[in-house]
Amino acid sequence: MANDIAIVGYAQSPSWRQSELTEPQFLFPVISEAIERAGVERREIGFTCAGSCDYLSGQTFAFVMNLEAVGAWPPITESHVEMDGAWALYEAWVRLQHGDIDTALVFGSGKSSPGVPAEVYPHQMDPYTLTPLGADPVSLAALQARAMLDAGKITEREMAEIAARSRKSAIGNPYAQVTGDDDPDALLKEPYVTAPLRRHDLPPISDGACAVILATADKAKSLSKRPVWIRGIDHRIDIHQPGMRDLTESPSTRLAGKKAGVGDAKVDIAELSATFSYQEKLLCEELGLGDDVEINPSGGPLAANPVMAVGLARFAEAARQIAEHGKGRAVAHATSGQCLQQNLVAVLEGD
Amino acid sequence: MPADKRLTTHAIEFPYTRTLGPVYSAFLTGMRDGQILGIKSRDGRVLCPPTEWDPNTGEGLDADFVEVGPGGVVTTWAWVTEPTSKHPVDHPFAFALIKLDGADTGLLHAVDAGSMDAMQTGMRVTARWKDERIGHITDVEAFVPEAAK
Repeated sequence: MANDIAIVGYAQSPSWRQSELTEPQFLFPVISEAIERAGVERREIGFTCAGSCDYLSGQTFAFVMNLEAVGAWPPITESHVEMDGAWALYEAWVRLQHGDIDTALVFGSGKSSPGVPAEVYPHQMDPYTLTPLGADPVSLAALQARAMLDAGKITEREMAEIAARSRKSAIGNPYAQVTGDDDPDALLKEPYVTAPLRRHDLPPISDGACAVILATADKAKSLSKRPVWIRGIDHRIDIHQPGMRDLTESPSTRLAGKKAGVGDAKVDIAELSATFSYQEKLLCEELGLGDDVEINPSGGPLAANPVMAVGLARFAEAARQIAEHGKGRAVAHATSGQCLQQNLVAVLEGD
Repeated sequence: MPADKRLTTHAIEFPYTRTLGPVYSAFLTGMRDGQILGIKSRDGRVLCPPTEWDPNTGEGLDADFVEVGPGGVVTTWAWVTEPTSKHPVDHPFAFALIKLDGADTGLLHAVDAGSMDAMQTGMRVTARWKDERIGHITDVEAFVPEAAK
């Protein structure tokens, strides 16, 4: 059995279309705020783990610069994943299982604005059969959306409704980038960007960061009146080649959700990394989340998409619902790769 | 811009050669020769593009290649209105998963169909080869609707 670990602090930057600040510059206040909210001292943090992408920065070892926002003197113990900060949280969760330290800092950050994401992301694909075709996330998502439309698993109207609801939920979220009160019928009159996807089906291009503080049980209880417990966490991966799996299903989400215990009790809210509108329905199906579950009260990735922080932000938003809005049980989901290739699912609970 | 602006040019190089391994070597050599190869998995399916390992079980596959295509069926597609500089076609085209004749999985490639109205799930397409081929996935310039070949 795993030791109980709780989220005791979190913070985010706004999601900007283009920030003039460097990544360490906008990370600094976010990390400071998370630490302050947790009520810990920097020297108490036994482990630091970051998620970011050097391909976005366009420089190898760019992630090392981000440590300036942490303060690495006297020397600290830290690690980095070339993945969303949600996977950094997973590594920190594993590290805390050792029991010799009681507090960890996790952060994720990314600046998509300096480059052209559609030309950067093909580099995450198979270098012989997919990268040379410039296979970009929007085109690949459009293939998945079409497969779902053809299979009768979603309609374009449902996709527009998901987008409209997300934008509406994001009103009042100080970190959101895309908000509004849109009529789904009006959205459906917009032209396709990459058919069958319209602008509202796509996430914004964002710069931003998120940080989370984790603590072991005793430490968490001493720090927080309402720690948010990570009751289950698991991540799984599907086949890389998009033509070798059924794109209308997400077995990795299903399995991760089962291992994390999503279905063991009623879920109140879920924060899902549904980076494209149609993915929300697919994820809900695979996680067994029905109409009684509030999905993405923050607006989700369609409202703010700071790549490499967006999955960790699902943890922060789900934790906020428990710590600040009295919700009991929440699901946080993060994804990586194309067409939901890799999925991480966690169940969070209040006391 | 200051008058004494100085320019410097950097070339980033990887000064080594590498092997593509037993499967991609055969696949891309096939492309150079104008044929598309799939590989047989243990359960008798034909995978294209071929892989060194069974994607479902992870077990190594024997180098048991089968020629597939050049025709096939579009199983899903996306219409790209504004191609990026990295895309294989410089005007609006479709990305599609193509189940080539004789294969059981979909190959991602471009379909140069002229207009979105010419695209349909289930349509037949066939490879349009480049005259000069170098052993690369883009030796097939694009697939085209079979009737238009």
